[in-house]
Amino acid sequence: MKRLLPVAPYLWLAAFVLLPCLITLKISLSLPATAQPPYLPVLDWSAGIDGWGAFLEALDFANFETLAGDSLYRDAALSSLLYAGMATAILVSVGTPIAHALARSPARLQPLLVALVIVPFWTSFLIRIYAWIAILKPEGLLNAGLIWTGLIASPLDILNTPAAVMIGLTYAYLPFMVLPLYAVLSRLDPTLTEAAADLGASPTRAFWTVTLPLARPGIAAGALLCFIPMVGEFIIPDLLGGSDTLMLGRVLWSEFFSNRDWPLASAVAVLLLVLIVGPIVLFRDAEREREDVGR
Amino acid sequence: MAPFLTLERLTKTFGAQVAVADLSLAVPAGEILCLLGPSGCGKSTLLRLIAGFETPTGGAIRLDGVDLTGLAPHRRPVNMMFQSYALFPHLSVSRNIAYGLNGLRRSAAAARVEELLRLVQLEDFGNRRPETLSGGQRQRVALARALAREPKVLLLDEPLGALDRGLREQTQGELRAIQRRLGTAFVIVTHDPSEAMALADRIGVMDKGRLVQVGRSETLYERPVNRFVAGLLGDVNLIPGTVRDADGALVRVETALGPIFASGESAPSIGAPAVIALRPERLAASTIDGVAAGDRNTLDGQVEASIYLGDHIRFDIRMRDGSTIRANIPAGTGIASETHVRLSFAPDAATVMAA
Amino acid sequence: MSVLNRLSLGLGLVFLYAPIAVLVVFSFNASSLVTVWGGFSTRWYGVLVNDGPLIAAALVSLKVASLAALVATLLGTLAALALNRSGRFTGRGGFTGLVYAPMVMPEVITGLSLLLLFVGLGLDRGLVTLVIAHATLGLGFVAVVVGARLKGLDGSLEEAAADLGAGPFRVFATVTLPLIAPSLVAAFLLAFTLSLDDLVIASFVSGPGATTLPMRLYSQVRLGVNPEINAASTLLVGGVTVVVLAASFLTGRRGVGNQGT
Repeated sequence: MKRLLPVAPYLWLAAFVLLPCLITLKISLSLPATAQPPYLPVLDWSAGIDGWGAFLEALDFANFETLAGDSLYRDAALSSLLYAGMATAILVSVGTPIAHALARSPARLQPLLVALVIVPFWTSFLIRIYAWIAILKPEGLLNAGLIWTGLIASPLDILNTPAAVMIGLTYAYLPFMVLPLYAVLSRLDPTLTEAAADLGASPTRAFWTVTLPLARPGIAAGALLCFIPMVGEFIIPDLLGGSDTLMLGRVLWSEFFSNRDWPLASAVAVLLLVLIVGPIVLFRDAEREREDVGR
Repeated sequence: MAPFLTLERLTKTFGAQVAVADLSLAVPAGEILCLLGPSGCGKSTLLRLIAGFETPTGGAIRLDGVDLTGLAPHRRPVNMMFQSYALFPHLSVSRNIAYGLNGLRRSAAAARVEELLRLVQLEDFGNRRPETLSGGQRQRVALARALAREPKVLLLDEPLGALDRGLREQTQGELRAIQRRLGTAFVIVTHDPSEAMALADRIGVMDKGRLVQVGRSETLYERPVNRFVAGLLGDVNLIPGTVRDADGALVRVETALGPIFASGESAPSIGAPAVIALRPERLAASTIDGVAAGDRNTLDGQVEASIYLGDHIRFDIRMRDGSTIRANIPAGTGIASETHVRLSFAPDAATVMAA
Repeated sequence: MSVLNRLSLGLGLVFLYAPIAVLVVFSFNASSLVTVWGGFSTRWYGVLVNDGPLIAAALVSLKVASLAALVATLLGTLAALALNRSGRFTGRGGFTGLVYAPMVMPEVITGLSLLLLFVGLGLDRGLVTLVIAHATLGLGFVAVVVGARLKGLDGSLEEAAADLGAGPFRVFATVTLPLIAPSLVAAFLLAFTLSLDDLVIASFVSGPGATTLPMRLYSQVRLGVNPEINAASTLLVGGVTVVVLAASFLTGRRGVGNQGT
């Protein structure tokens, strides 16, 4: 019976994860057409082997040439990586103290505090990003507050700038960074930091030399969990970014919905996957090497 | 020796729970003091107070004339060997040992690490990770690391608790040898009386946050101040009675088994209820018509059970009032089950304590 | 807790909750200017109740979320069991990758690729495609939640049941299932909220007549801040909070009771 367990989910995932990815790859090598579906070639199943031959011949790398040649897409890819990378760095530096404090909070308060970090994560993503519009816009609450305190005289333009996108990314993904970090830090043996203090390390040195190195798996997990979806993020750049905020997710969206260029959108998807899968594989290898050196 | 580490009326409470209660103690330089008691008696808290991981609710901790009470752990000239060893899993053995030496120049620290590795006989293990070592090796790394900063007092929390029985005895010897060589004062927490007796110059027995009795092993064993100390250090017969007469250290106690003469430097006053502590191996047995020396106490009874234990036989003997007295008698006396026996002991072998 | 720890935790929670609090507060604003306080009023809730398209979208979302969560819980639990109890099987590595892929894949890719599949299959876009897409999305999360519980279970419990003569099905029904039940509830709720929350995938795979709540909200949000959306958001946030608290209370208690250590 145990052998049969994977069958149903396996079939489902093959049909709705693997197959769609293959189709996307295929369509990224097709050309747009004013037809239904709006791309060429379409595999002619009835033509058998000949149909396959004709089909393969008609496949084309034109979309990728477009992506490589047009600076719009290059810039979008670069800025996606830049935004995601910077936001990940900010999340690590903001999330680590929060997770550390969470792990050090009194045991009877911890479930409540953890729940408090989780609840926003269960709350609608769209709504949480939408909330920032009212805060960041020129006549919004942040500007009103800053003017009231006298720090600035006229409203700052924050909404529709890269800064707003960074704020949105940090805000939306903070729980994803804090929770895996907390999981690692709360399992950390508290006597290790006591031992560090006992051996003369100040709390700061103990944190940098003992806590942080031991929390590295959690930091890595959190960073990956945030970085990957952020690269393909659509809602945040769309609602908080300006019209010039280019991110691949947004480019894919507009190629698909506005330009109805399905093959090009598919090519962007493939590019996005390569951009993401690449770093992950590199990261895993580096991590494994590190482990080996450690032994 | 002059006191070196002194605890003055130290108190620590966690909410309504009292972990350490009004405890005063002085430890001379170079001494091994074992804090002995059951789990929850406050001995580990006491150690953590000295190390600085807990802040006392009241009282003071002084070391070599300096008040440590308000000092953060990393500023105290004491070091701790943790029960779990708390070795840093991401650092090699050498870097674990060197962790406390960051004030030293690199070459000086390296030399010190070498010296410590030699001291604990782990010269070839410097580059290993803690997880690749055996329990005994980890214990020695923890010891070396705690000694690296040349602490004025080394605190050891159940230092041998994680080791196998055989290894434990060998390690006890090594630990004592290292301590004698360095002359550092050791404060060791343990729940194992035999370990305390094997290691300690003096033992401090703790019960419910209080220091009940401090002294050499023999004193605690032979002259316990109460039932708790008597029972903690080994098998003991407890005979209740009333103090009738006292002549110096010799006390006459009226009991259900008849009058018993016992020693009692700190005996209760005349007329007060008392308990006599009597170790099973201090009893001699003979047949009922045997004659004991004139100054010895005698108790008559019937053998109820006997267990042969190799070097001695353990007898449980039913007294005429229905109570049972345990006697450990060398094998070969010819006493059999169901026979009537006469137990005898010198007044010096029994201790009178407050009931 | 040190001052520094309190400070970072406090600031972190303020950062997480301030925007949500702003939404909630301004949903009770009498003024139609979102950032100017015009006194307390529930008028926007009134507008909300009479917003037919929004209510219709909410109903579509609830329908899709329940069905998708059901399918995801079923398949995700099977996947978790396969990954934790089946030992090695052919294609295990690929299987693991497929289970986790929808969780980490950017939503735009999941959405686009599923759409291309549905178009290729000639499947009409609507409720069915929404349910399939959201079930696929939720499957991995369910597998993680249930898998964590399975890992935490003492394997000897199942062995003891087998030793006492229970067949594989009886072991599952009488030992494994009751022990993982709290995690099933949590996993279902997670899959449910993921579906309820999704905008990007739904935009790709839904068709005319199957507009979900996030899609409807998004089309309004694009036009700017709007007090009616604040009211809708407040209701949504309130609902989710109640469900999460109830779930953590339930699973927390059951979990502790079950572990018994």
